[in-house]
Amino acid sequence: MVVLNMVRDNNEPGGFLLPKHVSPPTIGVLDLQGGVLEHLDHLQRLGINGTRVKEPPDFTNLAGLIIPGGESTCLSRLLYLYGIAETIIREFRRGMKIWGTCAGAILLARSVVGESPYLSLIDIEIERNSFGSQLESFTSEAVILQVSSQPVPLTFIRAPKITKSGKGVEIILRIDDYIAAAESPDVLVTVFHPELTGCVAFHRYFARKCGLEPLDDTKVPAVDPTWDNKSWTRFERKNK
Amino acid sequence: MDQKRYELNVQLAQMLKGGVIMDVTNVEQAKIAEDAGAVAVMALERVPADIRKEGGVARMSDPAMIAEIKKAVSIPLMAKARIGHFVEAQILEALKVDYIDESEVLTPADEECHIDKTKFFIPFVCGARNLGEALRRIAEGAAMIRTKGEAGTGNVVEAVRHIRTVNREIRQLVNMPREEVTGFARTNGIPYELALQVRELGRLPVVNFAAGGIATPADAALMMQLGCDGIFVGSGIFKSENPAGRARAIVKATAYYNDPVKILEASMSLGKAMPGLEISDIPEGQLLAVRGW
Repeated sequence: MVVLNMVRDNNEPGGFLLPKHVSPPTIGVLDLQGGVLEHLDHLQRLGINGTRVKEPPDFTNLAGLIIPGGESTCLSRLLYLYGIAETIIREFRRGMKIWGTCAGAILLARSVVGESPYLSLIDIEIERNSFGSQLESFTSEAVILQVSSQPVPLTFIRAPKITKSGKGVEIILRIDDYIAAAESPDVLVTVFHPELTGCVAFHRYFARKCGLEPLDDTKVPAVDPTWDNKSWTRFERKNK
Repeated sequence: MDQKRYELNVQLAQMLKGGVIMDVTNVEQAKIAEDAGAVAVMALERVPADIRKEGGVARMSDPAMIAEIKKAVSIPLMAKARIGHFVEAQILEALKVDYIDESEVLTPADEECHIDKTKFFIPFVCGARNLGEALRRIAEGAAMIRTKGEAGTGNVVEAVRHIRTVNREIRQLVNMPREEVTGFARTNGIPYELALQVRELGRLPVVNFAAGGIATPADAALMMQLGCDGIFVGSGIFKSENPAGRARAIVKATAYYNDPVKILEASMSLGKAMPGLEISDIPEGQLLAVRGW
């Protein structure tokens, strides 16, 4: 018998686990509600193996997890129904990196203005829906050298604001009086939606944070010109 | 609205995918809906079942009541304007709700024209029974589509008919040689460019939710398995015996629509669903889905 790719798992008695299937390093997108397909589209552009995850076994051995935009109250209710929250925290301790966009950032924050926090995995304070109604949603652009040498398009949809950051958290982008993107060694948070623009720079940045090797910008430029706002539809469900 | 604004509005609907939008008539119900995990609430004075029962002209709800609900929840707020009533829509835009439903549940204000939604910054969702109707609304500026199932009946049959029709027509279009698209577009009253776009995408270019007659977790999962992107529940929650429990169950069944064991679990011990209505028992003049075209 040939045993491939044994993986150390400190949380398992015996310390070793066989991976569910032997596959390239994978980034999971939490598939409970929200902008799941949009993230999968960006990962695929970078040659990264992306998969939807919604049951505890799906999270085994993920290199990274993206918690997408959606409604944070809805996502938070679903997180605690079937042990997803515990699984995420366990895999995080094992070494899985996590990126939260918009609602995902709210779920990851240590403190949420006016309510109790959820996963509490990064020391930031965040305020839900901080700009107002959909009429206040907007797009803009910023230069974030850490992520890309080109200006990055930003899309804010009923976005939260990061109002404070604690020790061990590096601010990636500050706009006016708030923080729009930040990271710790293991967690990335953005209150805007790179997956709703042609920008793959943040996905590349996160993939590298997870120890993966995404296609570099000689192969896929920071803003992929082949992307359009319907690109997500190619991940249409098969059973339609 | 310019193209950029339209895209932002389409994208807000994308963020609602896989979620449940619930009709609520007061602050207390809105809080129950939010707490159960609704992705948005639809504020209205009377749920469709009551509109159906009480009759009379159904108009946009009292803006004060909508404003109160807006204050009480942090999830997106939708409200209904009558078909063609662009001033009701202007009021709702001034009130800064997040989405307007140009809805057949209210009494139409115009039998010829729908609202020119391109004139607004705020997004609109519109009902559609078939591909032609969906694409006409999109051409008018709708950023989201929903089925037009017979509201207030607790009977899902019409919503099923609409999603099956849309899917069938999309399949026809996808498999059609390009030269036949012109005729198909003309027969179905579809703008040609949109017909070509759907043919290429194999789906509507915007999010398509199920609405009308959804009363149980099984109904929600059925509509999801048929290919809807999310669910509206109107009378189904607050006309049932156990609104909070049913709301949670429908959220669960929508998220796990492909998992029969979880849908089973969600369906247990919910108390009585809303009373249902046979569509054929409704006098023809009182059918809602045929409003608009």
